[in-house]
Amino acid sequence: MNNNNLYRPIRAEILEIRQETASDRTFVLAWNSRPLPGQFFEVSVPRLGEAPVSISAIEDDRIEMTIRKVGRVTDGIFTLGPGDALFLRGPYGNGFPLNRFENKHLVIAAGGTGLAPVRPVIRHFTARRDQLAGLDVLLGFKTPDDILFRDDIEKWKCDASIRVTVDKPADAWSGAVGVITTLVPEVDFRDINETEVIVVGPPLMMKFTVMAFLDRAIPPEHIWVSYERRMSCGVGKCGHCKIHDRYVCLDGPVFNYAEARWLQD
Amino acid sequence: MNRQDEYSDLNASFRFSVLEFNALFTSLLEHFEIWAPQRYAARGRFSDADSIGYGPIHSPNEIVFDEKSHFSSKEAVFPVSETMFDLLGDEFVQAEDAQRDILVFARPCDINGIERLDDIFLRNGSVPDPYYQRRRERIRFVLMECAASFENCFCVSMSANRTDNYIAAIRWNSEHVLMRIRDKTLLSLVPDNASPAEFIPEFVEEDREPIGLPNGEKLEAAIRDGSLFEHDMWEEYTARCIACGRCNTHCPTCSCFSMLDIAPEPESGFGRRRRVWAGCHIDGFTNMAGGHAFRKDNGSRMRFKTMHKIHDFNARFGRHMCVGCGRCDDHCPEYIRFAHCIGKVTRLLESGDHE
Repeated sequence: MNNNNLYRPIRAEILEIRQETASDRTFVLAWNSRPLPGQFFEVSVPRLGEAPVSISAIEDDRIEMTIRKVGRVTDGIFTLGPGDALFLRGPYGNGFPLNRFENKHLVIAAGGTGLAPVRPVIRHFTARRDQLAGLDVLLGFKTPDDILFRDDIEKWKCDASIRVTVDKPADAWSGAVGVITTLVPEVDFRDINETEVIVVGPPLMMKFTVMAFLDRAIPPEHIWVSYERRMSCGVGKCGHCKIHDRYVCLDGPVFNYAEARWLQD
Repeated sequence: MNRQDEYSDLNASFRFSVLEFNALFTSLLEHFEIWAPQRYAARGRFSDADSIGYGPIHSPNEIVFDEKSHFSSKEAVFPVSETMFDLLGDEFVQAEDAQRDILVFARPCDINGIERLDDIFLRNGSVPDPYYQRRRERIRFVLMECAASFENCFCVSMSANRTDNYIAAIRWNSEHVLMRIRDKTLLSLVPDNASPAEFIPEFVEEDREPIGLPNGEKLEAAIRDGSLFEHDMWEEYTARCIACGRCNTHCPTCSCFSMLDIAPEPESGFGRRRRVWAGCHIDGFTNMAGGHAFRKDNGSRMRFKTMHKIHDFNARFGRHMCVGCGRCDDHCPEYIRFAHCIGKVTRLLESGDHE
């Protein structure tokens, strides 16, 4: 068991830190295997604790995690700098079924930090634009100051139709104002049976955004959601993420909506 | 973990006087750590009331045979608080475990309960939990025969009244002890002059208050169409439940935990990572970073627990999680009856009132 303890984290050196917003930072970590987009790690700061964190970018020798300072563990993470380390267990969960999206019109709706786990999906397909029939990205943030990955969003505009809305505009904001569901009617669905939709964000945003896509006659089988839960173990033992007979850490966090619609808390 | 095959060729029963049993117990202690229900004086819920719970014992006089223990035997394999790692600087040093085999005196419901824990800790997910596994592999059961149902018991309704998972079974009264032994080590400790006996443990075959379980297909349908979750039957529990979590902590099959780091002086570079029991009724169970939580009202926690115990676990593992020990009902400070709650769900589905 000494060398084979699934709860033992592995050291990951922080290579770089990018400030995304006032409260979000992206940590670039040395990591030599490639997790799947949509998977997550349990991230430790020894003596402060562990928290589940999604992966916001995947490269051959590094991964990125975009973290908001919201509690004991993340407060500790924000005191660290390049050369320090985080301790990781994982990757856990199923990830997005990228092959199901190939040759389809992919529509991604992300609210707030929900953009972090789908960013690797967007990066994957903007680098392989010929694998999709179309790519629409709908992004909702509270205010312009909360917009994540601004450089990426500009780059993605070459390969995808990007729409950004904010709930509350600031003086210099000239873009759309309103919740993300207001963007759904603007999407041009060429063939709903050849369309796949990803919705990720806070629980209420996901509920109403999925409803907006269902209103546009997208079949539940073509909608994918990623659920966030308070996973303590990440490996199906601690029980915190159970919904119905499913464990978000094992069977999710990505669920097809045909299944997710009856997974009620 | 079922050692049924191993047992089949070994089978001997004896009748011991209390003195003979005490002598056998003393030699057992040389081979095993022994856990049994014991009395913790004045540690109960009320002034001067005792608590009956599980822990290591050193004399057979400590065993409480004639009452249902307040807490289950799960602590023998899943401690309330367990150190996983010592955190020394950047090192995660795995906590040591003891080596001795453990004999657990347990009733059928509790042995069945630990088998439910096995489903979660050993079989849910692709890798067994190493801390649970290393303790579990050291555990053997001595079945304590139940002469009759205790108050609030409904193990027969839950098909958890029988078990074959034991290396010895015991029937106790104040004059003598009948014991069936199915283990070489145990058998080798029995004196040559011990009195043979015909003893096969019996199981309770009737609940005082049998409960009808809901039809599985109807239940699944009522979950999927939302009619059960949105039914106003759960509001009663929002009004009554105080989210103390006693039903979780007394339950032999509640397996949830939280992993927590402790470090009284974080700057010293020394701390511990522990896991501690958690419960779905208790505030904070679903709290996420950023403040979001699920199931804020206590009625939806009751519903969540009920569905896990009589539906969700079964859908995943093919047997119900609840073993009908009735301890949740014994210890609820608001006198909520889980058994009645199951009955309500059953009647609701039969009457079609949820539609």
